[in-house]
Amino acid sequence: MWVLLILVGIVGLWVVTAYNGLISLKNQTVNAFKQIDVQLKRRHDLIPNLVDAVKGAMDFERSTLEAVIQARNQAVKVNASGPEGVKQISQAENALSGALSRLLVTVERYPDLKATGNIGQLQEELTSTENRIAFARQLYNDTATQYNTKQQQFPTTLVAGLAHAERTDLWEIEDQAERAVPQVDLSRR
Amino acid sequence: MIGFVLFFAWLGFGGDYIWALSSTHHPFPWIGIMLTAVAIVTAWYAYKTGPEKVLWATGAHELTDPQTDAEHQVVNVVEEMAIAAGVPRPRIWIVPDDDPNAFATGHDPRDSHIAVTQGLLRICNRDELQAVIGHELGHVKNLDVRLMTTLAALVGAVLLVRDGMGRMMGRGRLGRDSGRRVKDAGPLVAILLALWVISWIIAPLVTQLLAFAVSRRREYLADDMSAQFTRNPLALASALEKIESAGAPTESIKRGAAHLCIADPLGRRLTNHEGWLADTFATHPPMGMRISRLKGMGYAQLKKEGGSFTSSALG
Repeated sequence: MWVLLILVGIVGLWVVTAYNGLISLKNQTVNAFKQIDVQLKRRHDLIPNLVDAVKGAMDFERSTLEAVIQARNQAVKVNASGPEGVKQISQAENALSGALSRLLVTVERYPDLKATGNIGQLQEELTSTENRIAFARQLYNDTATQYNTKQQQFPTTLVAGLAHAERTDLWEIEDQAERAVPQVDLSRR
Repeated sequence: MIGFVLFFAWLGFGGDYIWALSSTHHPFPWIGIMLTAVAIVTAWYAYKTGPEKVLWATGAHELTDPQTDAEHQVVNVVEEMAIAAGVPRPRIWIVPDDDPNAFATGHDPRDSHIAVTQGLLRICNRDELQAVIGHELGHVKNLDVRLMTTLAALVGAVLLVRDGMGRMMGRGRLGRDSGRRVKDAGPLVAILLALWVISWIIAPLVTQLLAFAVSRRREYLADDMSAQFTRNPLALASALEKIESAGAPTESIKRGAAHLCIADPLGRRLTNHEGWLADTFATHPPMGMRISRLKGMGYAQLKKEGGSFTSSALG
């Protein structure tokens, strides 16, 4: 009798711990996703200012700047949110990343341009912005992977239904062409 | 922390117990209560003021309003790494010292500080700076900062209390005749007394050794965390190489805070040796070991990604 009670107690405790662990990971995943949103929003707000700051010095590269602005406006328009909208958002944002990295490469090509204070700052800000988004995405992917693994692994998978745990998508670079763009640019650097 | 308080309680109440056994009129355990109180207060005080004291001792000033390009960069890099680590942005401090070094302090990720020397900003490129900051944020995320800052303050406190007690006893409160009574009371008391005296002698040593041991294992862990955040272990390896070759001791960082830094600020030879002595007394693992570990990680990664290593930065 006592043995049974203790066994039930242990199982009950395990269920509670596993359930709470899953819920905590779930919320961490949602939070990590929100962090990407925050960084993307930051980039959207920053780009017009940055482009304004260098417009004068980079008049001859008008098309590159315009491509950036256009990609930015496209990305702002995407009206999806939450982990379900990952694919839609990532497509627009990846296009913007491509345009920005082309701008960075363009700046690299004119060494005397870099001497002007504005451009040096622009470069730093652009690098930082891209890094922030990359790191936010990395954190989301790491957390989501942890969450996905946890809910599929054996004992925890038994309570996954109880915690309404579902597989979340990772943030991937979908389009083959877009995946190629930054790489080509970088190899030229 | 709790261990520290318990240790002091043992020192105090143990003393009372021996005293009570050896003499007839000392029923009230006042040493025990006093010492325990002292331990709690010291521990609490060390915990509360640790970060401030450490920062103050190095002469660091906070970077609130970045002016130069280098300052902008450091703020950006710290913010980036905070995102990668998933912790709030720590406060940034600059130590006016020409030797490259960095350390982190604070209580928990919500209240943390990262300090870098001017020398570090001068010799490191962006990737290397990122890796160093990643290492420090690794300490923050693992809660090493709380442990290590508190340890730094406690090492000092234990020394202080021991010296004070030693002086009190030297004045002969446990004088000649109590020694005889201890002998009369039997072997158990004698053993207790011996243990108690030994505890007193080794107390500071134990605290110090604890700080060393904790620190060395945590360095490897923080190196790993940095690699995880930046996905670029080679950058940390090259940063460590640069820091090592700069070599001169970081003068503004005193002994008490040595185990908080990314590289041993005292430039001790010991750090670069392996073996029993270094294992016991050095605050940092040998630089060569750390660098070769990171390089191993980096090349494994390069191999896996088939050479498209740099693209992961923007990908």
